[in-house]
Amino acid sequence: MEFDSTIFFDQLLSEAYVRGALLSLGLAVASQAGAVVIGFGLALGKSSKFAAVRSVCTGYIWFFRAIPALLLLLLMWNGLPQLSPVFQREWYSPFLAAFIGLALAEGAFMAEIIRSALMRVDDGQQLAARALGMTRTQVLFKVVLPQATRVALPPTGNEFIGMVKYTSLASVISLQELLTTAQMGVAVTFRYAEYYAAATVYYLVIVSVLMLLQNRIERRFTWTSTPTKRRFPALSRPQTPEKVPA
Amino acid sequence: MKTPPLLEVQNLHKSYNNVEVLGGVDFTVQRGQVKALLGPSGSGKSTILRMISLLEPCDSGTILLDGEQIGVIGGRVDVRPAPERILARQRTAIGMVFQKFNLFPHLDATRNVMSGLTTVLKVPKKEAREQALEMLDRVGLAARAHAYPSELSGGQQQRVAIARALVMKPKLMLFDEPTSALDPELVREVLDVMEKLASDGMTMVVVTHEMRFARSVASEVALFDSGQIVEQAPPDRFFDAPEHERTRRFLAHMH
Repeated sequence: MEFDSTIFFDQLLSEAYVRGALLSLGLAVASQAGAVVIGFGLALGKSSKFAAVRSVCTGYIWFFRAIPALLLLLLMWNGLPQLSPVFQREWYSPFLAAFIGLALAEGAFMAEIIRSALMRVDDGQQLAARALGMTRTQVLFKVVLPQATRVALPPTGNEFIGMVKYTSLASVISLQELLTTAQMGVAVTFRYAEYYAAATVYYLVIVSVLMLLQNRIERRFTWTSTPTKRRFPALSRPQTPEKVPA
Repeated sequence: MKTPPLLEVQNLHKSYNNVEVLGGVDFTVQRGQVKALLGPSGSGKSTILRMISLLEPCDSGTILLDGEQIGVIGGRVDVRPAPERILARQRTAIGMVFQKFNLFPHLDATRNVMSGLTTVLKVPKKEAREQALEMLDRVGLAARAHAYPSELSGGQQQRVAIARALVMKPKLMLFDEPTSALDPELVREVLDVMEKLASDGMTMVVVTHEMRFARSVASEVALFDSGQIVEQAPPDRFFDAPEHERTRRFLAHMH
């Protein structure tokens, strides 16, 4: 059997694939956003002055890092409705189940990324901000968080791309994302190569767009009057006087 | 009626892990005076600035700013440490300049100077920007208003940091070794700004190793050692006729 480019292009441009791709992307964006919020909460909780809060957060991270995402999705979609009738209602869609499952799991990973980013911010920053009269909350949001964001951006971009691929797991809970779309086509036509290749193209496109986006965002975090790409200090020639002489 | 000293520190104690850093420190700074604090490293002189700026609580003792006790709430009988919210408000009356500048790297010079105005004092952006530019002009950096900290030299960064503190119109300015992290050729520009500030009548407490600055600008010089003030005197007497052996030894090392 030869690769039939007509089938490939037909599928590539079909409405089903476009819808599948959008669903995958939408799920990835929503889940990653949820994970960032959860991770931020956990990161703050892990440095709380209350031991109980710290152990709850540590427990969460331990639990959701340990469980395979696939198992978590199955639990969310098949397990939860058995435990409570609330999840048997119409509003509990595969999309929602996948979103909750992926956000919960990814939140545990984002927590560590955000926590280490927060710790990387120099202690003098909060001292200077407090000396100006800023409250703890103002220090966090006006001074610490913008600087931590810069540190957290590259690993978060990495996680985000991983998330795009994790959304394919939602095919097991009958969400019609990209992989499910391909699977359903294959089940009828048995044209594996063409249908899977079409899905591959969409994943490539989505990830390429995200990489470009990450690049642009990182560029906004160079903190110079003429934005340029940040390089490894060792690889670039010194342009400005040393920031803080030792 | 006699006006109270602008800053009065009484019997200040501080220990870290049972190691005494400040063992009952007393001193006063009159309005418009410049007090230079000298001493070997680890003598507690930086710690005392942290206490006065309310960045860290003291174990005991009182700090009076303009006749009012700061860092605490309550009357004469039940004095308690003030909650962070109150401390934050009281800190606005005290400007602090750090050894390592601690400028906010994600903001350009103007927005560094504006940050306290807009965030803490809720000054409208436009007005805050005008005040910030005015202040940058005062420290000689009007031309660098849109540069980010990473694009400024150490001396320039420290001048922005001084402007950032000054724009809040503090009653008192504290300097914690403001030139210690600078290359020698950049020290002068920072000291010039501080000298101008002193001659404009700002009340200042300066922890420093710059003996010439202490001699020419300070109204009074104090030597710290082991968490206590060994000697304090006007600069002429301090440098030329110190009373204590410890001071003589310290000065001999510095010259």
